[in-house]
Amino acid sequence: MKPLLEVKALTKQYPLPRKGFRKESGAVQAVSGVDLAVMPGETLGIVGESGCGKSTLGLMIARLLEPTAGQVLFEGKDLLKVEGDELRKARRDLQFVFQDPYSSLNPRMKVSEIIAEPMQIHGLYKGVELTKEVSRLLQAVGLSQQQGDRYPHEFSGGQRQRIGIARALSLNPKLIICDEPISALDVSIQAQILNLLKDLQAEYKLTYMFISHGLPSIRFISDRIAVMYLGRIVEIATKQQIFSSVKHPYTEALLQAVPIPDPSLRKKERIILRGELPNPANPPKGCAFHTRCPYATERCQQEQPQLIEVEAGHYAACHYPLDKRKEEGH
Amino acid sequence: MEQQIKKRKTTLWSLLWNSKLGSLGAIIVLFVVLVAIFAPWIAPYDPAALDPIKRLKPPFWMEGSLPEHLLGTDNLGRDILSRLIYGSRVSLIVGVGAVLVSGLVGTLLGLLAGYYGKWSNILIMRTADAFHAIPSLLLMLVMLAVVGPGLTTLIFVIGLTNWVSYARVVRGEVLSIKERDFVRAARAAGASNARMLFKHILPNIMSTFIVLSGMNVATTILMESSLSFLGLGIKPPDVSWGTMLSDGKQYIATSWWVSTFPGLAITITVLGVIFLGDWLRDVLDPRMKAND
Amino acid sequence: MSHLLEVNHLQTHFKTPDGILRAVNGVSFTVDAGETLAIVGESGSGKSVTSMSILGLVSDPGKVVGGEILFEGKNLLRLTKKEYRNMRGKAISVIFQEPMTSLNPIFTVGFQISEVLRTHYKLNRKAAKQRAIEMLDTVGIANAEKVYARYPHQLSGGMRQRVMIAIALVCQPKLLIADEPTTALDVTIQAQILELIQKLAKEQNTGVILITHDLGVVAEMADKVAVMYGGEIVEHASVEQIFHRPSHPYTQGLLASLPKIHEDEQRLYSLPGTVPNLLESSEGCTFAPRCKFASEACLQSKPRLALQGEQHWVSCLKAEEVRG
Repeated sequence: MKPLLEVKALTKQYPLPRKGFRKESGAVQAVSGVDLAVMPGETLGIVGESGCGKSTLGLMIARLLEPTAGQVLFEGKDLLKVEGDELRKARRDLQFVFQDPYSSLNPRMKVSEIIAEPMQIHGLYKGVELTKEVSRLLQAVGLSQQQGDRYPHEFSGGQRQRIGIARALSLNPKLIICDEPISALDVSIQAQILNLLKDLQAEYKLTYMFISHGLPSIRFISDRIAVMYLGRIVEIATKQQIFSSVKHPYTEALLQAVPIPDPSLRKKERIILRGELPNPANPPKGCAFHTRCPYATERCQQEQPQLIEVEAGHYAACHYPLDKRKEEGH
Repeated sequence: MEQQIKKRKTTLWSLLWNSKLGSLGAIIVLFVVLVAIFAPWIAPYDPAALDPIKRLKPPFWMEGSLPEHLLGTDNLGRDILSRLIYGSRVSLIVGVGAVLVSGLVGTLLGLLAGYYGKWSNILIMRTADAFHAIPSLLLMLVMLAVVGPGLTTLIFVIGLTNWVSYARVVRGEVLSIKERDFVRAARAAGASNARMLFKHILPNIMSTFIVLSGMNVATTILMESSLSFLGLGIKPPDVSWGTMLSDGKQYIATSWWVSTFPGLAITITVLGVIFLGDWLRDVLDPRMKAND
Repeated sequence: MSHLLEVNHLQTHFKTPDGILRAVNGVSFTVDAGETLAIVGESGSGKSVTSMSILGLVSDPGKVVGGEILFEGKNLLRLTKKEYRNMRGKAISVIFQEPMTSLNPIFTVGFQISEVLRTHYKLNRKAAKQRAIEMLDTVGIANAEKVYARYPHQLSGGMRQRVMIAIALVCQPKLLIADEPTTALDVTIQAQILELIQKLAKEQNTGVILITHDLGVVAEMADKVAVMYGGEIVEHASVEQIFHRPSHPYTQGLLASLPKIHEDEQRLYSLPGTVPNLLESSEGCTFAPRCKFASEACLQSKPRLALQGEQHWVSCLKAEEVRG
């Protein structure tokens, strides 16, 4: 099977502000050389902490942010090379759900107008047809037709997120990039939205890229998981592989840092990462994680590890992947 | 918490009724507009009719007043009430006209600078800086000296000096709205630049625009007054509140009413416009409405 | 035995143009020295307003309209503004969610810590600085002397939260209120900060009120838990009982709706509906509209917190049935 989406060496640099008349100034690598592929019908979860570049990656794939270098191949076509009408057409297949349900809906438009707009732009439906389609979409995400006549501010966060999902669905896309779609919502609402996304995926044969900082929700929704640290993918594998035989020390620490809602597991020994995220404008030499890694060696300080296949379909960027280390008696 | 606050069922009228200042503003503005429209029918006298015998008569409640001149007469014996009534026309036309000019020019340039950024931003904002650096009065004097005074020139001259404030504020708003996710969402849907600008960004700066315009109507009326005061605005026999102010300046010690009444008219109108503007901003915000 | 803090029937209301919003509606709990009470709830549950009420920081249009807040036996609601000010930061202190906005951007962090000492203990400049640097060291900041002279924007989120903890604990308060202290932080940093709060509180025998929406954090930190919903405490028990024998349908639903990190699931349990409108005072149970156990009786009469086992308080007419 061919991948639906392939990302190759995707990079985003932000130049640091120039000071006065000086010409030279550094750059922050928000995303550096990310490669990944998403298969049709699967959900790829992207997990990482703030500043790891996961949102930047999502925005670049949707071409809502111009990459500095790299390729975004959607069904084999490089999205970064198309412009104008061709780009507009390409966008139909690739939609986005945003994090903040408050800023992602135009407060001056009625909900029905918000959902109808993409279809109007692409001239898909008109008049009665369009109205019908809007109410079908409202129902698909669990809202009523009458609610279409209201303005966004009359809805709760979870309902707004449903509206955003309906808008993304309206063009019948193949891929939806969900950028932290539940992190602004109340706990009891998060489960509603996660279930909804899963139901819609089955119904519309959708492919998701699900970006989140929360490992439990990533585990629930994803088939495969990519872990990012400081602009790079440090580990990518199926969900089962990640949770049963983690390879990268950062992923391990991330897994152990998640507080578990069970007080009987409290006293369990666990690794708490020391130190802070390094400054992305001045990343550490060698492996970017070596400053916080409990297992780092001399080699890690010098040599940057490449993302290599450690087991079938399980890639990690570490000189000493965890399982191997145990075998070798480190 | 937001959606817990129950929405009131609202209509335009109930909204106006709910706002005391808004109602006051609306009443004032409506009154001035009606007076301006129906000036020839309301005014007791020809505003330019001289009567050298009845010079500087005080308003009705003072000693030596004439019953036929309610608010007294000026230094040439012209009826102040009639002049106030006719003067409202110029003040309103210049006020609204100049605001339209500056609002249109400034908003457009601010949109361009904020939305496209890069060189258009540099060009527009540096020009705005330059405009800002020159005292506006000086600028207007030069422009008026070149083109020559008159109602239309007055509108354009004042309008073109005031665009800077719109451009700046609109640009700032555009920059912040551009970063909101609904603009990104529109782009992801394939919206054209025109749609982004006019459907998504412009409606969301309307409230700022309205508040700014309310203030600007006020400044404009005052500018017209200062220009007329300097003799660069309206030429006799036309009359504006500004020219009346300037006519009365020499008599302020002895006959205060000549300049005080037009001054009051300006103040009250300006306040009315500001109150109305504030109210309008609220009304146009869908967050204030609920259609149940 | 008298408690460090005893809150009885606290009511805090907000006057809005549309009526009275009962943000906190008759809340009671106690905190002892060295004990951590977690108040857990979603947005609008009243958990933050509860903490603001204890701190005397509820401002217009809100007002504490009923109940009492006994701190070491003294009713805080009777304090004058000045007495309250002297209490805050010294005997009772607070850590807020967003360390960037709770620190003053124009002063160095060192100044902000020593300022607290100088106000409450009248220390001189040098002694205050000495103590502040010690405190920065205690909260795990390397190079404390250097960091003393830094401004908040020069520090990372985790460092700023450490500074906030330093400010909160420098006067060795008896009660610490931590209002979503790690919500703005990354999970690896969160683990550090939680560990730090726990360690320092134990050392100083501080009573802690932890306000959070994160049940994982509750399970890690709390001794006792109060679950709030719609301005009321619906369940109040030890942390083990809350997680292992939840007896209010809301607590149960909340726990069930969390995705598990150790299991693969096909579907999540989800509570229907949204959080209640606190403007409408309901006759019956606030949770009834979302409750699968609700019956006619639940809509008609308000349940009260009642004992359902040892120190396990539940406000539900059907607690027995719910617990199963």
